Amino acid sequence: MHSASGVVATPELGIGTFQHWYENRHDYAREWKERTGRKIVGAFCTYVPEEIVYAGGMITVRVLGGHEPQDVTEPHIFGMYCPFCRDCLAQGLKGRYDYFDGIVLAHSCLHFRQTYDSWRLHIGAGFDYYLPMPNQVQSPHARTYYRGELAKFKAFMEEQLGRELSDADLDRGIAVINENRRLLRQIYEYRKRPNPPVTGLECMYMAITAQFVDKSEHNQALRAAIAEIEAGRDVGRGGTIRLMTVGSENDDPDFLNMAESLGATIVIDDQCAGSRSFWNELVPQADRLQAIADRYCDRPACPTKDYPERTRFPHVLGLARDWGAQGAIVIQQKFCDPHEGDIKPLREYLENTGVPTVFLEFDATNPIGPFRIRVEAFLETLRNEDLFGDDDDGLF
Amino acid sequence: MTTKVLTRYLTEPFQCWGKAKDIRRRYYERFADTENFPGLRWVGSAWTADAIPAGLGADLYLLTSEPYGASIAFDNALNRRMQEEAESRNWAHDLCAYMRSYLGSMYQDQYVMGEKLVPWPHVDFIWQMQICCTHSKWYQAVSEYKGVPQFYFDIGVGPYDLRRAAAAEGMEAGKLQYVVNQWLDGIDFLEKTTGRTFDDEKMFRAMENEFRSTSLWAEICTLNKAVPAPMDEKSMYAFYVLGTLNKASKEVADFYQELRDEVADRVARGIGALATERSRIISDSQPPWGFLSVYRYMEKFGVVSVGSLYTFGLEGIFQEDEDGTLRERITPMDRGIELEDREQALTLYADWFLSKPMYQLFYGSCIKSDLMQKMVDQWKVDGVIIHLNRGCEGTVIGSMENRLALAETGVPVMTYEGNMGDEREFDMERVMHRIDSFMETLGLDKLE
Repeated sequence: MHSASGVVATPELGIGTFQHWYENRHDYAREWKERTGRKIVGAFCTYVPEEIVYAGGMITVRVLGGHEPQDVTEPHIFGMYCPFCRDCLAQGLKGRYDYFDGIVLAHSCLHFRQTYDSWRLHIGAGFDYYLPMPNQVQSPHARTYYRGELAKFKAFMEEQLGRELSDADLDRGIAVINENRRLLRQIYEYRKRPNPPVTGLECMYMAITAQFVDKSEHNQALRAAIAEIEAGRDVGRGGTIRLMTVGSENDDPDFLNMAESLGATIVIDDQCAGSRSFWNELVPQADRLQAIADRYCDRPACPTKDYPERTRFPHVLGLARDWGAQGAIVIQQKFCDPHEGDIKPLREYLENTGVPTVFLEFDATNPIGPFRIRVEAFLETLRNEDLFGDDDDGLF
Repeated sequence: MTTKVLTRYLTEPFQCWGKAKDIRRRYYERFADTENFPGLRWVGSAWTADAIPAGLGADLYLLTSEPYGASIAFDNALNRRMQEEAESRNWAHDLCAYMRSYLGSMYQDQYVMGEKLVPWPHVDFIWQMQICCTHSKWYQAVSEYKGVPQFYFDIGVGPYDLRRAAAAEGMEAGKLQYVVNQWLDGIDFLEKTTGRTFDDEKMFRAMENEFRSTSLWAEICTLNKAVPAPMDEKSMYAFYVLGTLNKASKEVADFYQELRDEVADRVARGIGALATERSRIISDSQPPWGFLSVYRYMEKFGVVSVGSLYTFGLEGIFQEDEDGTLRERITPMDRGIELEDREQALTLYADWFLSKPMYQLFYGSCIKSDLMQKMVDQWKVDGVIIHLNRGCEGTVIGSMENRLALAETGVPVMTYEGNMGDEREFDMERVMHRIDSFMETLGLDKLE
């Protein structure tokens, strides 16, 4: 549905809203900016402390790829770095994020740091800030250190705004973002049902759009979605094979749609485009910055921050068990070193605890045909299908 | 094609060449020889903080992972076997090449000691740092397979401005404290894991060794500004590696003192590494270790590689003077600072440690491009050869931006794809052809 100006009109709030936002994310951002007169901060990775940005009346928009072949990043990022980081830079180079007023990178992997670096050099976007989020989040000292870094980041944002951010501002940011996390968790809870009222693809749209839509508007849409579900929504997923997705960034709707068209439903995930970004709420403290630091250190870790203990593994297994996943699709962006360091032991861990896995290596565009065959074969093993029937005589 | 005027320089072998080889050989032998060298054995990265575990005693034997991987990579057939072992156990083919060689060697229980293969000795603990995505993942695998207690410290606190090192201003206190606090926990870990009492004095002496060895190595590299270059990069590889093995040992610090004196003497007497030096380049990233003949090939054109940010700054500690001059960082001892107590010493050590030039490139290509440009200017370099090293995500971060930045200032740049430790990703013939073309760009033809 297009308006006279060519902008696709937003449908009535509900589950369909999220797909609309996903498919028209740049239109949404431009329209939001015009409507509110406020600033948009490009966020590189999901470790950027949105609470501080939101406290200043701004929103973060996570930089995502476009899932299309591109030829513009070759001069900037060597081809052995992950396709996601290159796809994201391509979006910037093509001007798709020309509405950014600034960009922030919170330290995660080396791959994405290059996207940020080249963005600063060749695209520009007002201000830029590198936030050295600690890697060793299991160390108690990471929290104290990170609190100090957040104080510097807050001061920097205050400079951009030309005013101080008060505790009341931070509380407002924390409240809206925490509500968003709570509502998304509520949606995810519904997926535990034998007949999940939402598909994996719909949930991916909900989770990923939280990373670029104004959280207060996103919360309204989530509340509407919950009302839709509570009204008895049935999408016919009862009796399907229950799967989880685990691994690198994945927001490929074609892949999820294909997997769910084969008699499976994605009921849970451990991915930064999904649960990993919103799973834990911020626990309020008198020291707001300490509360923010703790929240980001406590969140389900990306592999690059998961050491010495492998906290991800029991977390992933817990998700699989609580959501009744019969198998896991383990996804890795090609060349993604952090996940490559986890995938072998993670698959062994899951297989040894009764969760079968299939591994798929993702690129900016994915070969849906071959992937379909892999997923179909995986589902056959999960169904324990006897391919040759009872009268199998062993002859082919 | 224009040909530069050819001067013939005097050359002579390095007097301490054999000693460097001996130190390296003994290092690997001692680690495996538990009978004649009883004590504790530990593992960690070439970038780990060696000086701290030294507080446990003199009978400690360290194996650093990347040089060990490189020493396997030097033998292409052996390396292939080790990597295939790792890959057959589902480690990704495009992971760090050293990691795959190391893990393959561990799974095969074949410790590579020069030309000999012996069973892996017992390892008492892991003491590892984290700045790239692979450091912790590598040693988690070792810890889980071998049942070795592990300790990690995070040093990704942001860039260190080398001008602050010159002004003795140091890194911001909060960042230093984060690293120091982790190390204080690490000392508890070392005591609990080994049952030994930690001796601060022993750690202080090791720190002094490390201040000395890493500053001396930077001074040695600085001496290579001379024309003719007293060292070519291929020879530097035999020397720099000692810092990657055990930079906190007296043996390595003393050796670098000796080497510094020899290199200074070579400069004073006009001794070059290459008699026919007429053009100078710098390289970038680790070389393809099984194919160092590339450097000899360039000599046919009268080209000497005078170093790289990698060979200089992997272990060398530099400072940048007010006028932009890069040179060895002045040690705390030379500033008249004494190591007095554990926390003060760890703070000084952290400030030294974080100023390593190679750490800075993790925080943005501009920092590395600026350092490379300074090397071009100060080491009188005519061109840059960047190895797009598929084996190491860390050292090639930002390489393509470095290429653009250097080209923009008129520096000829050549890139080639390869892998420091996986011959399956290196095409020797193709690289030679690229070098031929690059030499033509530099206006050089082969010398008779």
